[in-house]
Amino acid sequence: MSKNMMSKNKTSVSRRGFLRNAVKGSAAAAAAACTTVVAAPPEANALVRPPKPLPPDAVGLLYDSTLCIGCKACVTACKEVNHMPPDVGPAQQGWNAGGGDQPIYDSPVELSARTLNVIKAYSHGTGATKDAAENGFAFIKRQCLHCADPSCVSVCPVSAMTKDAKTGIVNHDPSACIGCRYCVLSCPFGVPKYDYNDAFGEIKKCQLCKQQLAKNELPGCADVCPTGATLFGRTEDLKAEAKRRTALKVGEYAHFPRGDIAGKVGGPRSGHEKLVEAAYQTHIYGEKELGGTQCLAVSAVPFDKLNLPTNVPENGYPTLSEGIQHTLYAGMIAPATVFAGLAYLAHRNTKNHTDE
Amino acid sequence: MSSHVKEHHGHEHQPLGGRVLTLPFLICAALVAIAGVILFQRYTQGLAAASNLNDGYPWGIWVAIDVVIGSAFGCAGYVIALLCYILNRGEYHPLVRPAVLASLFGYGLAGLAVLVDLGRYWNFYHMMLPWYAQPNSVMLEVGLCVATYTLVLVVEFAPAFLERFGIEGLRAKLNKVLWVFIALGVLLPTMHQSSLGTMMVIVGHKLSPLWQSQMLPVFFLLTAILMGFAIVVWESVMASLNFRRPMETPVLSKLSDLMLVVASLFVVLRFVDLIVRGQIGQIFGGPQSGWFIAEMVLMISGLALLIPKANRNRSRALFLAASLLLAAGILYRLNVYLIGFTPSVGPWHYFPSVKEIMVTVGVFALEIALYLLFVKKLPVMHAVHPEHG
Repeated sequence: MSKNMMSKNKTSVSRRGFLRNAVKGSAAAAAAACTTVVAAPPEANALVRPPKPLPPDAVGLLYDSTLCIGCKACVTACKEVNHMPPDVGPAQQGWNAGGGDQPIYDSPVELSARTLNVIKAYSHGTGATKDAAENGFAFIKRQCLHCADPSCVSVCPVSAMTKDAKTGIVNHDPSACIGCRYCVLSCPFGVPKYDYNDAFGEIKKCQLCKQQLAKNELPGCADVCPTGATLFGRTEDLKAEAKRRTALKVGEYAHFPRGDIAGKVGGPRSGHEKLVEAAYQTHIYGEKELGGTQCLAVSAVPFDKLNLPTNVPENGYPTLSEGIQHTLYAGMIAPATVFAGLAYLAHRNTKNHTDE
Repeated sequence: MSSHVKEHHGHEHQPLGGRVLTLPFLICAALVAIAGVILFQRYTQGLAAASNLNDGYPWGIWVAIDVVIGSAFGCAGYVIALLCYILNRGEYHPLVRPAVLASLFGYGLAGLAVLVDLGRYWNFYHMMLPWYAQPNSVMLEVGLCVATYTLVLVVEFAPAFLERFGIEGLRAKLNKVLWVFIALGVLLPTMHQSSLGTMMVIVGHKLSPLWQSQMLPVFFLLTAILMGFAIVVWESVMASLNFRRPMETPVLSKLSDLMLVVASLFVVLRFVDLIVRGQIGQIFGGPQSGWFIAEMVLMISGLALLIPKANRNRSRALFLAASLLLAAGILYRLNVYLIGFTPSVGPWHYFPSVKEIMVTVGVFALEIALYLLFVKKLPVMHAVHPEHG
């Protein structure tokens, strides 16, 4: 491709000598680099780093949309356990101003700096049938998915966003944070949020109630869920449970546990038997998305209808950006070499100038 | 970075002199004052009081224009130092000081603009402390590079100060080690300008395939160089017109050769990249394809203007070509950081608020006001025999 361009430059650039050759040389190199970089498969591509695996004891949540009754007890529990203020959706602001500064009714419609967990509803047509994509409705729970290879941790310049080596929980430390909001920009799931109405705003996101887990208590949402639609546990156990559920047939009775799938955190609880009324999608959301996430979801309605991104690769985006970064800056060898060359030339040339 | 070339004969550079409080200067000062009032609101009431920033578009024009485009405006010093001292092209020497000055303000104010945008600005120094460092972060590299480069520009511009205030001893000492800073002054922008492209790789599917590519660092480096050249031409022509100095057309003509090469390379690589990624069809569909076409029309018309050799010796054609190429670079960077970006979940909208725009205008007005002040009071411009005595 660059051949045409070269010949064009040959006629159009009248200047001879070193400069032109240098530019042409780098043009050819850049064109070659472009082709190799973009065309190479990920495993052979020097500009892609290997994905990061989940810690073996990573914990998370399994959300089963077919079990969710949309009671939003989890939204309320999350607020209580994490001491989050009420949030009022735009449609409610007219009637829900309340007395003074505080609204009366907590009615968040989306994750925000005041809401770390929210239940959203999908509806279509008449909305008559639960868990039907056509003329039906379904629920989806939104909170941090705690990625195996999180973009927010990769981008944070000051280590405010970190991933716990054992539990895999993605934590945020506001005392380190500079508020650049690169985590907000980069999250593939739109999770971390910033408070734009506060002069001293903070980034907020679900941290899987790590303070509750430290007391051997369940995350607020899993603790109060009456149907087990939000189930806590080791991600590996949850993945097995998700596979069991997606294999269930309509009309079958199945057992659904509640609380902690292993029955340890928060004490043992009884599960319940339920008739499978809608066919599960085979897709387990979070199993493969972006290198896998610790929080998983199963549903009878396709996930793109539930407003979750489904056009994503199986490796996290940090494998691409850190791949470039680590190749160019490995051991700072390339910058040091370039600096040595530049310093030599600058030294020689400034001396020449002075000697003139 | 004056040092060299017979400066010991003195007065190679001269302050332009003249009144400081001219109408353009006062207009700029008024715009800066307006921005100041808005920033008071921003710091007392939060980002929402002054901007339309939101969780779908956490980065708006304060990042995309003030920092990402503003720092490309600051690449004048980078490309001229590269030509003059690394490639040893002495003929570009008259352009060095004005270019370094423009870079100093471009970068200094990009740094200032970061503090406007940072939500927890009082912690900004965590970027410099090793125990907070997160070495995988592309932003950390950009931040450290830009901070260091701004200091390097201060050192590179220092000879003009030292000359003006007659501190010759220090100036002689500085001249002996200036090559270290010149080398850093070429290395650092190469690093962080390409990394500005790498920064958007991680947003993945949220950036339209028209722009999302592992080649982003290459395209950002190319636009940095191109915009650096274009801003030198632009600023030289503007200075000649406004300060009634002779046009520097012969030396600008040589720069235009390079602009032609870099712009052609950019266009060819953009299409190769789209073809290799199998996204060439994206040009003909979707709401954002118009922005891609606009970007390419600006770029190609700018470089086409420079193809006839005669045009490269006409200051009007040079100025127009530089303007088109500059606009193309601006639009490319805006496309990558804002226009081509769609948040992943939920319907989010962003268009900058009037207040947000006025802050950006204020940042650039401050840059122009300081530039006017400096070229009048300090030996920045190459000495000529002024026609107006």
